[in-house]
Amino acid sequence: MTPSTIQQDRIAYRRRQAIRSVLLAALSTAVLGTLLGVLITGAPGWQRVRQSFLDPHIGREFLPTILQGLWLNLRMLVVCSLCALTLGLLVAVLRTLRGPVFFPVRALATLYTYSFRGLPLIIVIYLFAFGIPGLRLQATPNVTVLGGAAIVITYGAYLAEVFRAGIESVHPSQIAAARSLGLSYRQAMRFVVLPQAVRRVAPPLLNDTVALQKDVGLISLAGPIDAIRAAQIGVAQTANFTPYVVAGVLFVLLALPLIGITDWVTLRAARRQNAGA
Amino acid sequence: MVLSCDGVRKTFGAAVVLDGLSLEVGEHEVVALIGASGSGKSTLLRCVNLLAEIDDGTIRLDGEDITDPRTDADLVRRKIGLVFQSYNLFPHMTVLDNITLAPVRVHKRPAAEAKEQALEWLARVGLADKATSYPDRLSGGQQQRVAIVRALVNNPRLLLLDEVTSALDPELVGEVLTMIRDLKGDGMTMVLATHEMGFARQVADRVAFLDRGSVLEQGPPEQVLGDPVEARTRQFLARIIEAGRL
Repeated sequence: MTPSTIQQDRIAYRRRQAIRSVLLAALSTAVLGTLLGVLITGAPGWQRVRQSFLDPHIGREFLPTILQGLWLNLRMLVVCSLCALTLGLLVAVLRTLRGPVFFPVRALATLYTYSFRGLPLIIVIYLFAFGIPGLRLQATPNVTVLGGAAIVITYGAYLAEVFRAGIESVHPSQIAAARSLGLSYRQAMRFVVLPQAVRRVAPPLLNDTVALQKDVGLISLAGPIDAIRAAQIGVAQTANFTPYVVAGVLFVLLALPLIGITDWVTLRAARRQNAGA
Repeated sequence: MVLSCDGVRKTFGAAVVLDGLSLEVGEHEVVALIGASGSGKSTLLRCVNLLAEIDDGTIRLDGEDITDPRTDADLVRRKIGLVFQSYNLFPHMTVLDNITLAPVRVHKRPAAEAKEQALEWLARVGLADKATSYPDRLSGGQQQRVAIVRALVNNPRLLLLDEVTSALDPELVGEVLTMIRDLKGDGMTMVLATHEMGFARQVADRVAFLDRGSVLEQGPPEQVLGDPVEARTRQFLARIIEAGRL
């Protein structure tokens, strides 16, 4: 069926408007880009900055060792985020337990989330990596494992609070419905509350995982040669900051897929909510 | 008696919601609870299902005191079905999973058998094609019928219906009421809190008028709705007629 004349007019008008919008966007981007380019490259110290931060030879020289370090970051990212998510979920569930028997468990879980969200990660890494070996116990794990444990424990506290927010966002009528069917508290939690809670907080959980990915670099403070440590060695050898820039770019590239997934999940959740789900 | 409530008292802070309420429900009997908002209809149903703890009195199911603090509430709830005004289906599960959750997890029945029974019920209430749909794809009337099936597959001794048509668009009320009428035909023992006086008249064996937390008047629907003894019952019904609901 061909649209009426008035609808054809509307379609033509909207098409003209769309073309105009694209042209305008292209023009304003070009203007802003040129302006920024002129401003930065025209700065009096630009040549010096380019030499000490963007030296292609030095960048190429240290790329392999930085990449090698990044492999450690990547492995730590995977292991730490999985462990931190598990720990967070466990602590969040422990905090919801009722009954007098669980008082100490609840109290401990609460104390944990309060203290480790306040404690700077750097201090936790120092305490773990240098404090625990100081105890001279048999079979002390190496500093990489200890540093990883510090990251897991710190992030576990944040993630526990995200999970808890999710659990509390599930309406009490859902628990009432589950209990009325004869499900025990544990079953209601497992089959009804947690699946809904985790879906709801998936975007903030992933966002915290992106933050964790950057902070994995902090274990370089404890000694292991990760991407940042490798870059630092390069900087010390050449008195040039290019290795840091290389490491920074690599970190961004590493984060991109996770950021993309986070945006996608967030968008999907928003769409579902708009659909009235 | 399937259910007998004796001197049930329930307070929320200073508010006394149930004040020495007594009510008996026999086998295969359908009792309609009517009364103004806040008269305690929903609270009574929640207390019977042990979702709310009573402050005095006793509630017996098949003669057994279920308000004794030593009773296992989970065991009691397996014998009592409760359907809510707002359906409360689990939004992350398909219709089929909503229905089979309790039979499989609580009653430990084989998944295939539970599924078969669920599908039979869905076919019976005209929702066979919705088995794999999620609740948000269903109309209110369809969701409420699924919620009733979800309660029925546990083979409860007693079915409690808490204003199950109040959240529905008027043209969807009929399909739910038809289902409840069929259940009465099956001999299901039911207590239903309702604002649908016409329906109460049709389906209930007995109508109980709740006022200020106790049963002020009860009897056959024709008597309570047609020729009430108590002045407050007459006032309540007059207001209902004024609102065009009778």
